[in-house]
Amino acid sequence: MGFMNLLKHLLSDDWGVHPDDHKRPAADAPVRVMPVPQRLYLPLQQHLGGPARPVVLVGQQVSKGELIAEAQGMVSAPIHAPTSGTIVAVSEITAPHPSGLTLSAIILEADGRDAWGELPACVDPFSLSPAEIGQRVAAAGVVGMGGAAFPSSVKLVGASRAKVTTLVINGGECEPYLSCDDRLMRDQAAAIIDGIRIMQHATGANVALVGIEDNKPEAIAAMQRAAGRGDVVIRPVPARYPMGSEKQLIQVLTGTEVPADGRPADIGVIVHNVGTALAVRAAVREGKPLISRLVTVNGQCAAYPGNIEVRIGTLAEEVIAFAGGLKGDGLGLARRIMGGPMMGMQIPHWRVPVVKGSSGILALDASEVAAQEPNPCIRCGRCVKACPMGLLPLEMSARIRNQAYDEAIDLGLKDCIACGCCAYVCPSTIPLVQYFVHAKGELAAQDRTKLRNDATKKLALQRQERLAREAREKAEAAARRKAEREAAAAKVAAEAAAVNAQTQGESA
Amino acid sequence: MSEILLLLLSTALVNNVVLIKFLGLCPVMGVSKSVDSAFGMGLATTFVIVLASGASWMLDHWLLTPLGLGYLRILSFILVIASVVQFTEMFIKKSSPGLYQSLGIYLPLITTNCAVLGVALLNVQQQFSLFKSLLYGFGSALGFTLVMLIFAGLRERIALARVPAAFAGAPIAFVTISLLALSFMGFSGLNV
Amino acid sequence: MIAAILSLTLLGAALGIVLGIANKFLKVEGNPVVEELLVMMPGSNCGQCGFPGCNGAAEAIVNGTAPATCCPPGGKALASAIAAKLGLTVDLSAMADDGPKIAVVAEELCIGCCRCSKVCPTDAIIGAAKQVHNVFREACTGCSSCIEKCPTEALVMRPVPVTLQHWVMPRPVAA
Repeated sequence: MGFMNLLKHLLSDDWGVHPDDHKRPAADAPVRVMPVPQRLYLPLQQHLGGPARPVVLVGQQVSKGELIAEAQGMVSAPIHAPTSGTIVAVSEITAPHPSGLTLSAIILEADGRDAWGELPACVDPFSLSPAEIGQRVAAAGVVGMGGAAFPSSVKLVGASRAKVTTLVINGGECEPYLSCDDRLMRDQAAAIIDGIRIMQHATGANVALVGIEDNKPEAIAAMQRAAGRGDVVIRPVPARYPMGSEKQLIQVLTGTEVPADGRPADIGVIVHNVGTALAVRAAVREGKPLISRLVTVNGQCAAYPGNIEVRIGTLAEEVIAFAGGLKGDGLGLARRIMGGPMMGMQIPHWRVPVVKGSSGILALDASEVAAQEPNPCIRCGRCVKACPMGLLPLEMSARIRNQAYDEAIDLGLKDCIACGCCAYVCPSTIPLVQYFVHAKGELAAQDRTKLRNDATKKLALQRQERLAREAREKAEAAARRKAEREAAAAKVAAEAAAVNAQTQGESA
Repeated sequence: MSEILLLLLSTALVNNVVLIKFLGLCPVMGVSKSVDSAFGMGLATTFVIVLASGASWMLDHWLLTPLGLGYLRILSFILVIASVVQFTEMFIKKSSPGLYQSLGIYLPLITTNCAVLGVALLNVQQQFSLFKSLLYGFGSALGFTLVMLIFAGLRERIALARVPAAFAGAPIAFVTISLLALSFMGFSGLNV
Repeated sequence: MIAAILSLTLLGAALGIVLGIANKFLKVEGNPVVEELLVMMPGSNCGQCGFPGCNGAAEAIVNGTAPATCCPPGGKALASAIAAKLGLTVDLSAMADDGPKIAVVAEELCIGCCRCSKVCPTDAIIGAAKQVHNVFREACTGCSSCIEKCPTEALVMRPVPVTLQHWVMPRPVAA
């Protein structure tokens, strides 16, 4: 038996980590719906890609679901008013981002009526063409609800172009603490399945695989009941972090690996989150834009952990207050996180708005935060074993520490998904992910500088050309004037000569 | 055939120019920061050593010995070596400006690389034939390149490691190469 | 004695001739490395490096009289690219890193003299005579050559504010 285990151990790809999931009791508590707060703060960039452009004026009345900022550029998403009210300002608000920097946001004062505006007509989604579904999803501002917040319509439209055969629905929710997707699948399984069918129609995929981690038996059962025996297949997958990462889930469900510098569409697969499926359904069937989402409030410091439906733009402060506040008024609070504990954003204070990609608000105490001074690397290789992408985190971080970024790229830095498994298992508590995020940012900054240098060069060349042209024009003008002067002088001289000759002739 | 192999092995490993005879240390310390430039330096030195051992053999056998001018040996060998190095320099400058730049001052300094003159003089001392001289030169150069590559590889790793401040830079490099020399002494137990 | 002198002279002459011929065939026109560096540099000849234009800086870097990090507009990207080309090791952390700066016109002080716009190497300053000037922030390289030309000190260098899009996570402090 020992030999078989050894063999299994050697053969299986033992990537990822198994953190304590802390999902219950929050996952088992029924969803609470939060009333609309007094003010909503809607950042103009809640998604990947270009920020949205405001289309409202300060003082303007808007109704619920009205467009207040339009998409700008190819990859972008519009923003809608989550409730009816008045636009009071467009100003800066702390972004849900570890830098603690601010972001432009539209501030909306709720009028309490919460009245819907005019919505696009409800239609049968299966009578629409994929392009029309894409338009509706884009107009509703739907983005990936798993956390990356990539505009969904871009993926859907790209998929129908790229001849996608398999639609993978991500119900993995591998991040510890979070249970919003779990809750959605338990409560709204039928609607999610409907959303999946709509997406399947839009992408042209002939099979939809729903991957759900096996630590959510209730969700699996609910989804299986709703799906029936159709072409939407519910597949329990082993609970392991980061099972919910796109590339890992695809590999587990389809057995095909996404190439290093490729996208899932290259192997005929497209991945969407269960929350996105629901938002797509709402957008296409009911014409409702994305204005609210389920957020998990959890952590040792949260007094009543659970899932709460909140409007986009609600401050985390108010969400926590609604959820029942913090234990001991937040005395033991060690870290505030928006999103999951592994890949979420540490935030400096609670006055940060919930955005489309916020899946959780975590109040962690000191026992949950491994805040130890890093020790030197002992080359144990645990990070190598844990890395789901098969990279060498210890080697890459050593190179990044010495600013040899190019060598880190050679070792596969660009394939790093920043999942945090390496840092989680590191016995020396080295902040490995921070190294990789730093290196990626640094490389992006270097690329920007390079682009800027090229632009500068072009400007300098144009200036030189301009100076040369001006000098040439000046010389030409001078030459022309000189020629004119000479011509005039010659003419005068000729006339004088003619007059002279006449007078001479006359005198002769 | 086995004699050729033995000669190559004994010159490259057992009597390694750098680590056993301690010749040509300055490029080993100077150009071993990256494997690429170390390899370039090894190639350039190989070229010079082989050419110089052949040329010096001819010079010795056809000019100096017949005329009884043994006392001019060092002088004339240096002359030959210097011109071979000049030629190499011109060639590298033309063919690979990047390598030329990274070798820097160490390229013209091959002239005074004692490994080159040492190999030429040892050839005369051991009274080798022309073929054996060339082989001896090639074997020594092979050993030189090998040490360059090993040492450069080690230094690339050391650059990533966290060295105590007092040891950072040249000191740790000296410690490393002395350990490397100790390990090469193991080859002298080989019965070749 | 005569044999020694004669043989050495002959040797020297023969080698000299060989080298002379080789020199003819392997001649290198100019320094190709300088040309390659020039292509990489910003080319605005702003003079922040203290050399007369990018050409001078490129030559100085190749000759080793200037560090690869001497070009402020090029930044770390250029420094590491140059270092890779020349096989140098550079200490990027030694680069002045108080963030990029750009020139800003204080509108109440500007008298519209046009002196600044004449010296700007990238034509980043717009303005006509007796009109308040302004700086295109996208085009300004932060070379500060306009600053000293301003008679009313209306031009100042201001750091470019860090935005969410430009923020880089700091490198962790090594244990």
